[in-house]
Amino acid sequence: MSDDPFLKIVNGLVAIVLGVGGTAALYWVLNLLVGLLPGKWDRRIKPYVFVGPAVLVVTVFLVYPAVMTVIFSFADANSINWVGLANYTALFQDDEFLGTLFNNLLWILIVPAGSVIVGLLVAVLADRLKALPERIAKSVIFMPMAISFVGASTIWGFVYATRFAQGDKQIGLLSAISTSLGFEPVAWLRIQTGNLNDLLLIVIMVWLQAGFAMVLLSSAIKGVPDDTIEAARIDGASEVQIFFKVVVPQIWPTVIVVFVTILILVLKVFDIVYVMTGGRSGTSVLANTFFVELFEFGDAGRAAAVVVVLMIAVIPVMIYQMRQFKKQEAR
Amino acid sequence: MRQFTLGSLAVRVAIVLLCVLWFIPTLGLLVSSFRDEADVKTSGWWTVITDPFSQWTLDSYSQVLESGMANAFVNSIVVSVPATVLPIMIAAFAAYAFTFMRFWGRNVLFMLIVGLLVVPLQVAFVPLLNLFSDYDLNGTFLAVWLAHTGFGMPLAVYILRNYMATLPHEIIESAEIDGASHFQTFWKLIVPMSVPALAAFAIFQFLWVWNDLLVALIFLGAGDNEVVTITLRDLIGDRGQEWHLLTAGAFITMTVPLLVFFSLQRYFVRGLTAGSVKG
Repeated sequence: MSDDPFLKIVNGLVAIVLGVGGTAALYWVLNLLVGLLPGKWDRRIKPYVFVGPAVLVVTVFLVYPAVMTVIFSFADANSINWVGLANYTALFQDDEFLGTLFNNLLWILIVPAGSVIVGLLVAVLADRLKALPERIAKSVIFMPMAISFVGASTIWGFVYATRFAQGDKQIGLLSAISTSLGFEPVAWLRIQTGNLNDLLLIVIMVWLQAGFAMVLLSSAIKGVPDDTIEAARIDGASEVQIFFKVVVPQIWPTVIVVFVTILILVLKVFDIVYVMTGGRSGTSVLANTFFVELFEFGDAGRAAAVVVVLMIAVIPVMIYQMRQFKKQEAR
Repeated sequence: MRQFTLGSLAVRVAIVLLCVLWFIPTLGLLVSSFRDEADVKTSGWWTVITDPFSQWTLDSYSQVLESGMANAFVNSIVVSVPATVLPIMIAAFAAYAFTFMRFWGRNVLFMLIVGLLVVPLQVAFVPLLNLFSDYDLNGTFLAVWLAHTGFGMPLAVYILRNYMATLPHEIIESAEIDGASHFQTFWKLIVPMSVPALAAFAIFQFLWVWNDLLVALIFLGAGDNEVVTITLRDLIGDRGQEWHLLTAGAFITMTVPLLVFFSLQRYFVRGLTAGSVKG
């Protein structure tokens, strides 16, 4: 039924050899050609030989498509006729889309803050353990970082699984707990009251990202000079005061970096929603709506408009990121 | 020396609770994947605590491997390795130029790269699908390799440049005085010195590509070339109640990243700290 796996592996190996060999040869030839130029020109052009291919790659795969997507967002479903702002007005008059925007807001508000809080908590607590328990505790919290969103969705789908037939035992942890407390079995991911289903999906993301926050915050905490803490202790400050008045201000830049990084990730969240609910029961987010518009409704115009909305949401973060980088370079 | 106090007991209790909370979902998956189909469907996985010597089995694994997961596993490797290797050299050359060469437009170009780090990948999909279909590339490995090379490029350049900026400039200058060309300096000095950063990016990119669903879904799709994330997604969609298959399938997809992750954790952490953003 399937191709010979051996063939595929050979295929991959050939790609590596040709790809790596090809690019190496390209640089070598270009370098040689530029070397033939007189000294002054050689020095002027060589940098472009070095950066050129990378710039070409990001232009073809990111810049050009981004421009085209903006253009498509003003055209119809098949990108043939101009429709002006129709895609945007349709989106913003659609209650479901407004709900989607609200969901994105919910994710943005909860996941970065939640991950930072859990990460900070573990970093602080584990710092007080001996070396081995500290390492074990950190590995446990960090492990989800290696798991794909689809894998995580399976893991949590099992936690949220519910059996409805009379006499069936619950096999999902959450339903087992709730029914043992006397509640009726419910389909957790369909409960829209208080956005419960959204929150249950958001939990998965916090579970995945807390480890990332913990690693960065933990190394920041270890970098806080001991004498500042000792001085506060001598002045009679309590541990809680020391944490909030001495440690937190010193690790604040790291807290921001972690927060922004997770924020960027969350803006584009897709896999978890797509796999767990497909965006049904009011759980959709922008990236999922994009996918549905494009592949289920075949509307390239509206899909592009959704992405442009997403892009606009990212712009403030992008500007912040660039400013930070400039600041860092100036140092 | 800290003394044993009520406070330190509370710390221990809190951390143990958090770890248990974090580990239980994965434990449930792992335990269930080794249980008999009937058991998985009729009783909670936690019942093994009271009945630890019940029938453990590998049936779910063999069943899920036969139903396409083995093929997908090979595909995932074929997708991930080239998608990791291909961007590295291009990025390294660019990072070298951004760090050690002066040229017109250097800052603007690098700022472009920094900005692209946060651009959502979705902006690229429709135009790239059109572009690839002109060359009949959609659904082929080449399409995903190219896409991942493009999408990974900003992060690769960013991580490598930031690392190279920490290398002592005097080395480059003395190499120049000795008459070495940039090309030679790059290969003989900078690449060997940048191995930690190259490794960090490689691990990061590998895990990212292996775990990716979206790019694979769009450029590769389902079928003979599908990767593990797509196979798992289909299992969830088509056989959402077959938890014995789902748990085994999910664990198979997790083996490689967990292995890479635990054996190379140090580099991975460094990758996270170096360039903790990805588009």
